[in-house]
Order: sequence, then C-alpha cells, then structure tokens
Amino acid sequence: MLRLPPFRYLAPRTLSEATRLLAEEGPQAMPVAGGTDLLPNMKRRQFTPAVLVGLRRLRELKGISGSPDVGVRIGAGETLTSISNHPLIRAHYPALALAAAAVSTPQLRNAGTIGGNILLDTRCNYYNQTEFWRHSIGYCMKRDGSICLVAPGSPRCWAISSADTAPVLVALQARVRLVSVRGEREIPIQELFYDDGMRPYTREADEILQEIWLPPALGWRSTYLKLRRRGSFDFPILGVAVALRREPDGRIGDARITLGAVASHPVEAEEAMARLRGQQPTPTLLQEVATLAAKRARPLDNADLTITYRKQLTPIYVRRALDLLVEAEQGSGAE
Amino acid sequence: MRELITLRINGERYEVAVLPHRTLLEVLREDLGLTGTKHGCELGECGACTVLLDGVPVLSCLTLPLEVQDCEITTIEGLEEQGRLHPLQETFAELGAAQCGYCTPGMLLSAVALLRQNPHPTREEIKQALSGNLCRCTGYTKIYEAVEAAAERLSAARQGERQPNAALQP
Repeated sequence: MLRLPPFRYLAPRTLSEATRLLAEEGPQAMPVAGGTDLLPNMKRRQFTPAVLVGLRRLRELKGISGSPDVGVRIGAGETLTSISNHPLIRAHYPALALAAAAVSTPQLRNAGTIGGNILLDTRCNYYNQTEFWRHSIGYCMKRDGSICLVAPGSPRCWAISSADTAPVLVALQARVRLVSVRGEREIPIQELFYDDGMRPYTREADEILQEIWLPPALGWRSTYLKLRRRGSFDFPILGVAVALRREPDGRIGDARITLGAVASHPVEAEEAMARLRGQQPTPTLLQEVATLAAKRARPLDNADLTITYRKQLTPIYVRRALDLLVEAEQGSGAE
Repeated sequence: MRELITLRINGERYEVAVLPHRTLLEVLREDLGLTGTKHGCELGECGACTVLLDGVPVLSCLTLPLEVQDCEITTIEGLEEQGRLHPLQETFAELGAAQCGYCTPGMLLSAVALLRQNPHPTREEIKQALSGNLCRCTGYTKIYEAVEAAAERLSAARQGERQPNAALQP
C-alpha cells in the first residue's frame, strides 16, 4: 500500500489568508491545488510536508477572462479541463488548449490546475519511484542521496521539465503573478524557471502563483505537438510549442519556438527563431530552422524511449509544427 | 488529529472521523465499506478508483476527503436505481465488456459522465472519455460497444418518455 505521510491540512478562504499561513508555517508547508502531482509524489516520499495549505477555495485563483486584442487572464487554479474547453483559448491560443488537453488523462485534467502544471516537479526515471525502489538503489541527489544516477560524474541534477503547458506559455510570452506576504511580483514566465532539476523554479516557498497573463493574440497562430509512448497518461518526452506571426506579404514577422521535456526548464530555440524572422517560409528554410531548433535538445537517458529516438524525432516534430502553422495560414488565405 | 466531516455519497450523508492524510479511496473502502471503488496503482496511473465529484470523473486515490465536503460523490454503488441496474451496467454485462472486472467500476463511472454530457458520442469521443481508465485484459473493443449500446438504450428510453407527452399535445 502506498499511503500518504501524515500532515496537517489548512483550508484558507482567501488568498491573503493562504499567503499568511504559508509564511507562518515556513518551508515545512506546501500549497496544494489539484493534488495530482503533489499527492503521488508524497506517496513516494519525494515530498513529506508537515502542513498542506489547500488552495481549492480561493476565488482569487479562479476565472478566465479577456479578449484576443487586450490579452487574457487565467486564474492559476483553473483546471486543465476548463482551459482546454474554453472557447477564447481554443480560438486564439490554440497551443495552450492543445497542451492542456494533452496532459495525462481526463480524470487528472478535471482535478489538476494550470498553476500546478506550470510548477510540476521535474521528473526522472531514478526519482519518480517509490521510497522502497529509491532506497534499494541508494537514492539520488534530488532526494535523500548525494549523486546524480543518470550522470554520476555530474555536479547537478538532470531531472526533466515535463509540463505540457510550460513550453507553450513561454512561446506565447505569458507573464505570471506570484503573491506572498512580502508583496507580489509579475514576471515573464521565463523568469520562473532555473536550469536546475533540483530547484527548477524561482518561486519561493511562501509564494503562491495566482494568475497567468497571455498577451494579445491578434495576428498570431500557435500549436503544440507532444511525443510520448501512449496517447494518454504519459508525460511528454518531447514537447514542441511554436507561435508565428506573419506579415501581410507572407514573411514571418515574429516566431517563437520552445522545446519541452528536453532539459530541466523549457528551452527557447533562439537561433532558430532568429533565422525565421523576416523570411518567407520556404520548405528549405523550415527544414533548416527545424534542424537548428533541434540542436537545443540534448536528451539524457532518464525518460521513456531511447535517447537516439528522442533526438531523431526533435527536428521532425519542430518541422511538423512549423508546417501546420504555415499551411493553416496559406489554406485560409491572407488575414 | 481526526476531524469529523460529512460526506455526501450516492445521495446519502455519512459522518466520518478522518485523518487529513487519508485519501477518499481509503475512506470509501476501509471506513465506509464501499468496496466497489477499486484500489489500483494509487498514483493516478490506472483509473480503477474513479468516482464522480458533482458528476465529474476524478481519482479517489488522489482526492482528500477534507476537500470534497461540499461535493456530491457518486461511486459504483450509486448507479442502480430502485434495484434496477444502469443501462451501462446492463450492456457491460450482456456484451462481455467486463472480463476480470477490476477496471469496470471506473470505466462505468467515466462512461456515465460521458453519456450525461454527450448522449450520442462517436467512437472517438468514447475512446477519449475512457482514455484515463486502463483495462489490462485488453477488452477495450467490447467496452466501446457496450457504451454505444447503452447510449442507444438511453436515447430510446428518453423517446419513450417523450411519446406520451407528445400525444397529449393538440
């Protein structure tokens, strides 16, 4: 039996009460929203918080509102189901609707929130195992051990950023608001991530991710492709988020390409994005861009399928995503 | 410390003293004797423990009872009405959609939620709705057929109900 370790449960009714409780209880406390990532991790003793602060009742974390010309605010407590079904997001930020719909299973999307997906714990074959399994192999540095079992000579942890929505929100240039008793800060979502499997987020223990802001979508098209073994349940072993804005003459005005599940944080393919800007999207150019983007993926042997396969599939998935957006535009005529 | 809470399950109210770290699955099976909800992987990777919270399928192994005191909880025990099986239960039995039967309660609850929301689902929509429920006997085809057959029965029953009313119209 995999039982949860004992904890005290606190149920604040407002965001300010929640931040106060997190500050008072200190680092022994963790916030819980949908619980779909935290509770399995607690059952495996990857986390053993003495206190859980429930975010479910906080109205400040709810709601999806806005429009494509001014941008959209998403409460971090909205479920992945409500995001994948929302007409505004489906029509104007399709990559986000696709990514939310690609997370795990219907049951987990009905409970899991977008805030929880953004702050998903990084994952690794040597870490996402029961306490019994990890004990038998001597533990890894991310929890209870001292070395990285994927790269034993490495001073750092290589656990993988495995959230589907994170690379999409980077490609869409989203901003996030974090709130604590010390104040609040609104930052570009890129600044939420560290390239470190052990400490993947700049979020402090007393901060709550309250909301996500998407910029205006006019003129942008976006998509998300996910590689995994099965059509549901599985975390991504590659996620490709692409957003493009075309000029009236057909050239690429702006392009964002972000890769998920290839490192401890979402990886922007800057060189590839720069190569696209101002250019006509010819098949030769798109192939070159896909190859450039794939250079940013350096998979290690700590996720499903083989490194070689994951590496080979990266340029193919980037190319497919680019083709989808370019063809959609040409198919529907100039806008 | 145990907390005394009230859970609404299948239309009945249950008072239970729970420890905060007990999951809804554990409370249903071990404290309330509602063992129809199955205990599978306990990590959100199988769907055997699916229950409905206000009609929406979620996993009871990843649900804290303290957080669902405001919800109407439906388990497999709550599907029959006045001693009559739900049409989905009938078609699952008739078409052999249950082999070992372990995934069946979770499958049924996911399917009930689907048919309430979408009375005439396509095969693809059924696959999507059941994509969080694993069957390791690999009996998916019969499960899809049973959901389709139940959708037809429910729709025929609804038309049957409508008919007498229609006859009253001038």
